[in-house]
Amino acid sequence: MRRAFSTTLAELGQKDDRILLLTGDLGFMALEPFADRFPERFINVGVAEQNMVGLGTGLAESGFIPFLYSIATFASMRAYEFIRNGPIMHALPVRIVGVGGGFEYGTAGPTHYGLEDLGLMRLQPGITVIAPADHQQARAAVLQTWDLSGPIYYRLGKDDKTIVDGLDGRFELGRAATIGTGSDILFVTMGAISSEVVAAAQTLAQRGIGCSVMVVSSFNPDPTADLLEALSRFPIAVTVESHYVNGALGSLVAEVIADHGLRCKTVRCGVRATPSGVTGSQAYLQDRHGISRRALVETALQLLVQA
Amino acid sequence: MAGPRLAETRPIPPARIRSIILEQSKRANVGHIGSALSIADIVAALYGRVLAALDPDDPNRDRFVVSKGHAVLAVYAALYLRGWLTQQELNTFCADESLLGVHPERALRGIDFSTGSLGQGLSIAAGAALAAQLQGVRRRAFALVSDAECNEGALWEAVMFAAHHRLANLVAIVDLNGQQALGYTKDVLALTPMEDRWRAFGWDVHVVDGHDVAAMAGTIEALNTNDGPPHVLIARTVFGHGVSFMESQIKWHYLPMSEAEYARAVQEVADA
Repeated sequence: MRRAFSTTLAELGQKDDRILLLTGDLGFMALEPFADRFPERFINVGVAEQNMVGLGTGLAESGFIPFLYSIATFASMRAYEFIRNGPIMHALPVRIVGVGGGFEYGTAGPTHYGLEDLGLMRLQPGITVIAPADHQQARAAVLQTWDLSGPIYYRLGKDDKTIVDGLDGRFELGRAATIGTGSDILFVTMGAISSEVVAAAQTLAQRGIGCSVMVVSSFNPDPTADLLEALSRFPIAVTVESHYVNGALGSLVAEVIADHGLRCKTVRCGVRATPSGVTGSQAYLQDRHGISRRALVETALQLLVQA
Repeated sequence: MAGPRLAETRPIPPARIRSIILEQSKRANVGHIGSALSIADIVAALYGRVLAALDPDDPNRDRFVVSKGHAVLAVYAALYLRGWLTQQELNTFCADESLLGVHPERALRGIDFSTGSLGQGLSIAAGAALAAQLQGVRRRAFALVSDAECNEGALWEAVMFAAHHRLANLVAIVDLNGQQALGYTKDVLALTPMEDRWRAFGWDVHVVDGHDVAAMAGTIEALNTNDGPPHVLIARTVFGHGVSFMESQIKWHYLPMSEAEYARAVQEVADA
């Protein structure tokens, strides 16, 4: 997704010279499509995320649209108060681009996992939060939202190859895209983990269990109407996110259910404890935390047995 | 020389700023009086002689970040004296539904950026200065920081960035009053030698008397804001300046005034 982002941003940069790209010294083999084409509009600010957000605030107030790039955890947490007091409180078009949410930096260890970025950002009503599921949707999302008047946090995956089957790059701000028409289980997911969820749904289909997968790709605005419609039809919703279970997608689904008095039960799949320090690949860690396709199939089968 | 100038300089008497600080602090029964008095002359220099801003809505005005936001009452006084704030609005300081809080809000006409959390303003000013350079215009950006604000690591990120990118149109002013909330800076976290620290980071450093309006304005006007390193004025100030019993006293970071203290303070400012 980061390559798709950079390529798309280069196209937009050709049309609009307000677009700037700043990085906190990250983005090797990712940002070149923009950086090589517009060297005068690309600035490596050094390893200084707080200053990057302050700069973005000053630049945006003077009419620029700065994109600020770092790893999801550094982009969201290191500079969090700068983000709140700057772009959010001033309602400025600063874009914070956090790469590699969840366990994408697997063997890099827990300092590099992005397990709370979406929840932290979603907590602030003044920032739009976008987490595309694959590179096609990332491109569509950037094309549709780059010039919104307020700030945006984009969580982008590192994977520029995997396609979420059936999503076809659909993106509409404040809407959710649904894949499949199965009526046994509703999965609700968000971001790069969506491909695991769709794979789990395909495995379940082979066993005669029909699933629908709802891909949420934005908070603030939340796809409340789409969620309400789907959650009204299913007795059980399984939420899946590469994030702590509290604060982001699972919480949103639980809130919609509670706010509207729905009778849908939620099973929230996500990270429930601080990572222990045990390292490994993204696939290993996702399995360990119950959000791999294998684990999701197992969870779904248990639910059906219980039901 | 820098960008657009005031059509006419309209000197702002610092004593007027001080008397407004006292009046409004008393009326609202709030503190931060010593901090606001500390910057009264700096603010008089900026709004009376330096800032190129005919109108607070002009997109090409110089930008000013009151990074030590807790002292912004001095700036409200200047906005009033420039005619950008009415007496009625000024009198809402700290009242319910007012935009004039203890820390500045962007929504108030004349305030470029909301501040209040120390260590963030210089980055914003650096962004504003960089924006002017990218746009090829001669706008300048000013940031007023406190000395204790230099405790914040993030401030030094901005210091490094501005020097590396030679933001000649960025001017920082350090209100060097030697005090912070709970003590003297020399006792809490020593900052000396302040000027050497900024110089070592690549800035053009000027040590000035922070209570000499003409000298500060002259120093700023002589800066090369078109080319070269960013500039910092290390403004030597006295916390609570102008009110003898507040000067260099830690408690006046927080305390509001009693009736007797107010009467005495007003008299001292009037007599000065």
